[in-house]
Amino acid sequence: MPKNEKDLILKVTDLKMHFPIRKGLLAKTVGHVKAVDGVSFEIERGKTFGLVGESGCGKTTVGKCVLRIYNPTGGEIVYNGKDIANYSASEMSPIRRDIQMIFQDPYSSLDPRQSLKSILKEAIVCDMKPHGATEIEKRISELMISVGLDPIMMDRFPHELSGGQRQRLGIARALACNPDLIICDEPVSALDVSIQAQVINLLKNLQKQLGLSYLFIAHDLAVVRNIADNIAVMYLGHIVETMDSDEIYAHSIHPYTKALLSAVPITDYYEEQKRQRLPLEGEVPSPIHAPSGCPFHPRCPYATDKCKEKMPDLTERMPNHFVACHNV
Amino acid sequence: MTDNREILLEVKNLKTSFFTQAGEVKAVDDVSYYVKRGEVIAVVGESGCGKSVTQMSVMQLIQTPPGKIVGGEVFFEGKDILKYDRFSEEMRAIRGGGIAMIFQEPMTSLNPVYKIGNQLSEVIMCHKGLDKKAAWAEGVKALAAVGIPDPEARMENYPFQMSGGMRQRVLIAIAVACGSKLIIADEPTTALDVTTQAQVMDLLKSLVKEYGTSILMVTHNLGLVTRYAERVYVMYAGKVIESGTCEDILMHARHPYTMGLLNSVPRLDSERSQDLVAIDGQPPRLSELPPYCSFFPRCPYACEDCKQGKPELQEIGPNDHYAACWRIEEILKNAEK
Repeated sequence: MPKNEKDLILKVTDLKMHFPIRKGLLAKTVGHVKAVDGVSFEIERGKTFGLVGESGCGKTTVGKCVLRIYNPTGGEIVYNGKDIANYSASEMSPIRRDIQMIFQDPYSSLDPRQSLKSILKEAIVCDMKPHGATEIEKRISELMISVGLDPIMMDRFPHELSGGQRQRLGIARALACNPDLIICDEPVSALDVSIQAQVINLLKNLQKQLGLSYLFIAHDLAVVRNIADNIAVMYLGHIVETMDSDEIYAHSIHPYTKALLSAVPITDYYEEQKRQRLPLEGEVPSPIHAPSGCPFHPRCPYATDKCKEKMPDLTERMPNHFVACHNV
Repeated sequence: MTDNREILLEVKNLKTSFFTQAGEVKAVDDVSYYVKRGEVIAVVGESGCGKSVTQMSVMQLIQTPPGKIVGGEVFFEGKDILKYDRFSEEMRAIRGGGIAMIFQEPMTSLNPVYKIGNQLSEVIMCHKGLDKKAAWAEGVKALAAVGIPDPEARMENYPFQMSGGMRQRVLIAIAVACGSKLIIADEPTTALDVTTQAQVMDLLKSLVKEYGTSILMVTHNLGLVTRYAERVYVMYAGKVIESGTCEDILMHARHPYTMGLLNSVPRLDSERSQDLVAIDGQPPRLSELPPYCSFFPRCPYACEDCKQGKPELQEIGPNDHYAACWRIEEILKNAEK
């Protein structure tokens, strides 16, 4: 199917987010942190797009730009056919109901002094329409049941909940305004393994029932692969590879993706003994002094002179599989 | 392959409780394990299962009150170190000298207002009795040994000037410098990125090869266990519920909890379309444990017979494969089919 026939809910083109570094009495701008530097991707309606990368690669910044928590330095964010990158605050506010966010640490994103009921009520009434008290109560129960919380707990406070329950509450709050797109920023990384699986399954089921689209941001490749339809791997503000998530384990091409994969041990004992390791030396460079050309070249075993000078473009190497590397 | 390495650390029937207003909380309830010289073992479990408290008890670092080691023995190089007073010279020599500990968040284990070099050489002066200058030189050597580039300059750094992976290396350097025979690594890489995690774990593994150090790692990451450990102890609600070789536990797990845990890990390598098989319910609160098997409320195999009391660990296979479950015989029969 050609590109333009896809039902896209979000299309991000050449998104840039540069944070100025200010110094001195007059707060002169002395440089920029290029947190996101030319990122493009698209999300189909009803699908999950996974964004993976190590800390500091800019994946959370992308999520925050889409919600316009940050005002991007450049690029387009087309949501349902409209470019929202330059919308004013009042133009954004109806859209913020359609795009919701789930955070990593549900404890710091929930008000400790509000009961569950009041947290959810706030999200329900934010659409400025009149709501009856019984209607709100009914909706709160519905929401709690849909995320697997018992409505009896309505009058409790966040500290009385376990980590998994708190994350469920975070999801319920995101669902309260009937959103189309949910940005999930590391939603399961603070949870125990057995609870993590429960929350992943819940997110998957909600997607089936409500036709939600997700932008799923996480550092755990296995989690992202499990939930996402497409995966983009980020490194220092750039997407280096995007592909169907079935491809990632066996058919990834970019040297960084391969190194990242080989760093993650798998739980199959026999398979693990056979796996080839591609150790990655050194650390991620600072985005203030990002290397010229391909950002990965100082750590890349295949780097050539060309890599030092020119940033490679994302090119389609296989159907639906884009790689940014000169030496494929 | 027969394994005739000498046992370095043996913990027998260790019990640690916390005495709170709500009553006695048995955080560690009758836990036994051993570590041989040059061996890497892993203790696996979810948060609150007592895996860290067990290690803190071995080091006698439990805050007393409310915590107290109520029973058991801990043999290190043949001596029962639980008999030592926790403030005694002997115990202090073991902490850092014989057994070193590495924690999850290296920023909180290093003092932010002292240079790396001061912290490193202080430990070396304590344990090796060297003067300041010699200790500093030893420190430089230790930093080089853990793969920190430009160690002389790094000695002058403060912890905040280093990345998470570097700080974790400094802690490992402290262990190396004092010639610790056992390193207890409590979630050593949870705060680190995956590529840094691989670097730090590879470094720990190389210490085993080079110095014959033993490593006990406490983790919830089953992938790390697969790659680095030889034997595994799985803990749940203060008890070891299954133990065995890495191969036995990961490929032939028999306790329902271990099986559930393995099924709920998202995999990189298997079919993607299927849902994860999650374990229902929440991990139990240690203050409200039932008098029978603690896993009962979440167990898919649970039946009335399981309420007869706490199951004991019993041998279920060669190579020291143990499991504590009332219905283990049925599970074993089903597995054979």
